[in-house]
Amino acid sequence: MKVLVGIKRVIDYNVRVQINREGTDVIKEGVKMSINPFDEIAVEAALRMKEAGQATEVVVVSIGPGAAQQQLRTALAMGADRATLLETDDEVQPLAAARALMNLVEKEQPGLVLLGKQAIDDDANQVGQMMAALWDKPQATFVSGLELDGGRIRAVREVDAGLETVEITLPAVVTVDLRLNEPRFVKMPDIMKAKRKPLETIAFSELGIEMPPRLESLGCEPPPSRSGGVKVDSVDALVATLKDKGVL
Amino acid sequence: MAKVLLLADHNGDSLNVSTTRALRCAAALGEVDVAVFGSGAGKAAEAAAALQGANRVLHVDRPENASPLAALIAPQLAALAADYDVLLAPSSTFGKDVLPRAAALLGAPQISDIMEIVDERTFKRPIYAGNVITTVRVPAECKIVATVRIASFTAVEAAATPAPVETIATDASLPDHTQWISLQASGGDRPDLQSATRVVAGGRGLGSEESFAMIFQLADSLGAAVGASRAAVDAGYVPNDMQVGQTGKIIAPDLYIAIGISGAIQHMTGIKDAGVIVAINKDGDAPIFEAADIGLVGDLFQIVPEFEKALGSG
Ligand SMILES: Cc1cc2nc3c(=O)[nH]c(=O)nc-3n(C[C@H](O)[C@H](O)[C@H](O)COP(=O)(O)OP(=O)(O)OC[C@H]3O[C@@H](n4cnc5c(N)ncnc54)[C@H](O)[C@@H]3O)c2cc1C
Ligand SMILES: Nc1ncnc2c1ncn2[C@@H]1O[C@H](COP(=O)(O)O)[C@@H](O)[C@H]1O
Repeated sequence: MKVLVGIKRVIDYNVRVQINREGTDVIKEGVKMSINPFDEIAVEAALRMKEAGQATEVVVVSIGPGAAQQQLRTALAMGADRATLLETDDEVQPLAAARALMNLVEKEQPGLVLLGKQAIDDDANQVGQMMAALWDKPQATFVSGLELDGGRIRAVREVDAGLETVEITLPAVVTVDLRLNEPRFVKMPDIMKAKRKPLETIAFSELGIEMPPRLESLGCEPPPSRSGGVKVDSVDALVATLKDKGVL
Repeated sequence: MAKVLLLADHNGDSLNVSTTRALRCAAALGEVDVAVFGSGAGKAAEAAAALQGANRVLHVDRPENASPLAALIAPQLAALAADYDVLLAPSSTFGKDVLPRAAALLGAPQISDIMEIVDERTFKRPIYAGNVITTVRVPAECKIVATVRIASFTAVEAAATPAPVETIATDASLPDHTQWISLQASGGDRPDLQSATRVVAGGRGLGSEESFAMIFQLADSLGAAVGASRAAVDAGYVPNDMQVGQTGKIIAPDLYIAIGISGAIQHMTGIKDAGVIVAINKDGDAPIFEAADIGLVGDLFQIVPEFEKALGSG
């Protein structure tokens, strides 16, 4: 079984993002970029399936600028077999991303598509569900436990009420949550080896996908800030201040 | 007036508080019909009908709808939404699971986590873990499909007279590739994290599952719900449904007490709308103090028992 993993190049989660002077977007120049943390977990999950003899090939795909090759190379260094970049400098919104991934699914015919539950830049949490709809296949989202058994997957999902277990047949789309696994570190020799692994670049515009309507962005602003308040030096002072504020 | 369809999150008997909050947003956009997918979920449908802002409740009743499975509900929801200008769902895990699947079937882009309505087609939503707020507009000719950030809206009140409930039978064929197996709910009889007015939360600073009991005790003496940082959940001190933050629950209690939590941006995004934030941490430089209204620097193992005692005697 072939596993397709979608990875997005995003601003590293440790960076404090800044809005540009025009208020149109966040500043991405000169900022550390990484694989979306959820997607790194998806890559790890795919690699473990391969190591367990459940998957035959792990293909990573990213939609984004040429520089996203870096993130694809990292995934190859982790152990993925090959990579595809659907190259574009434009912002690709979730429905368009889902259609582009579907385009690749038709070509690659994977048994399983693994994605992150959300990209930490747009925080949309949409692409996996949309892809599953377009593909007309089952979905298991927010997954923190995954058991593959022949043509079926038993998935544990992190939901508001606790942990939900569902069973789905393959092919399917699974979106992963942070507690599924801890991604491996990339070692130096693997980085060298990854340079020789195949990385194909296809222009997004040549996929011929029908572009869906786009949400128009009217600008960015910082959130209403909470300025730090007082520091108290004893429990008694804490209780008194809480009473003052009317919350006790 | 725009026709709005709101997907209800419920357990068959009662509505999830996320639904009553999302209805506040929905009602500001037009005339709202609430869709309750279930199997004999009449009680939940009646609960929806009793809310101010609900014009009509559509109870889509069939055995397959007994479990909240997106692959089954999304095609029914998309079909129902054909006659509406706006399709909304709360940003609960249920809403987040179902709505994008329906949006794709409708060929419409989705706005995730509406936090403010600017005008009938323009909305504010958080990105980058809530560190940036972006304003987006849905193009004309296009259906508005969106989830509603629960912490940004208050629950609607009860209606003077209940709205009519219509039971709809659909016979569209549904896939059998997805089976619901079980739900392991940690629950208990403590207040619900998402609707509680007071929340006490613990982090890695607690050090062990045993020590986390202190948080539960303090919460009980305050009548509060219990929350946790991701580190505390990852370490196995408490179950996942207590996690607060970007990947956990977004909450807005009147009082939030963070104990042994450093205040990472991914955690803070979950409590931005809290009334009063209290931080108890032994590290005076912890980032949580930048956002806390009241900070107390010190060892939680000393402070928490003292705090509890002070509450008991006060
Ligand atoms: C994509 C992504 C999503 C994430 N989503 C979330 C999320 O939803 N929610 C979330 O919480 N995190 C989330 N995180 C993790 C987040 O970045 C932090 O790692 C996490 O919040 C840290 O938890 P903590 O504050 O409990 O632990 P730490 O950062 O280790 O802080 C522990 C604190 O306890 C204090 N302490 C220790 N001992 C004592 C004592 N005896 N008395 C008093 N204080 C003490 C320390 O001074 C320290 O400040 C996410 C991370 C990523 C990458
Ligand atoms: N540009 C992209 N390239 C590759 N995968 C993507 C891209 N955008 C989103 N994804 C995948 O879809 C998941 C959810 O993204 P989102 O719906 O944008 O929050 C991500 O975690 C990725 O696995």
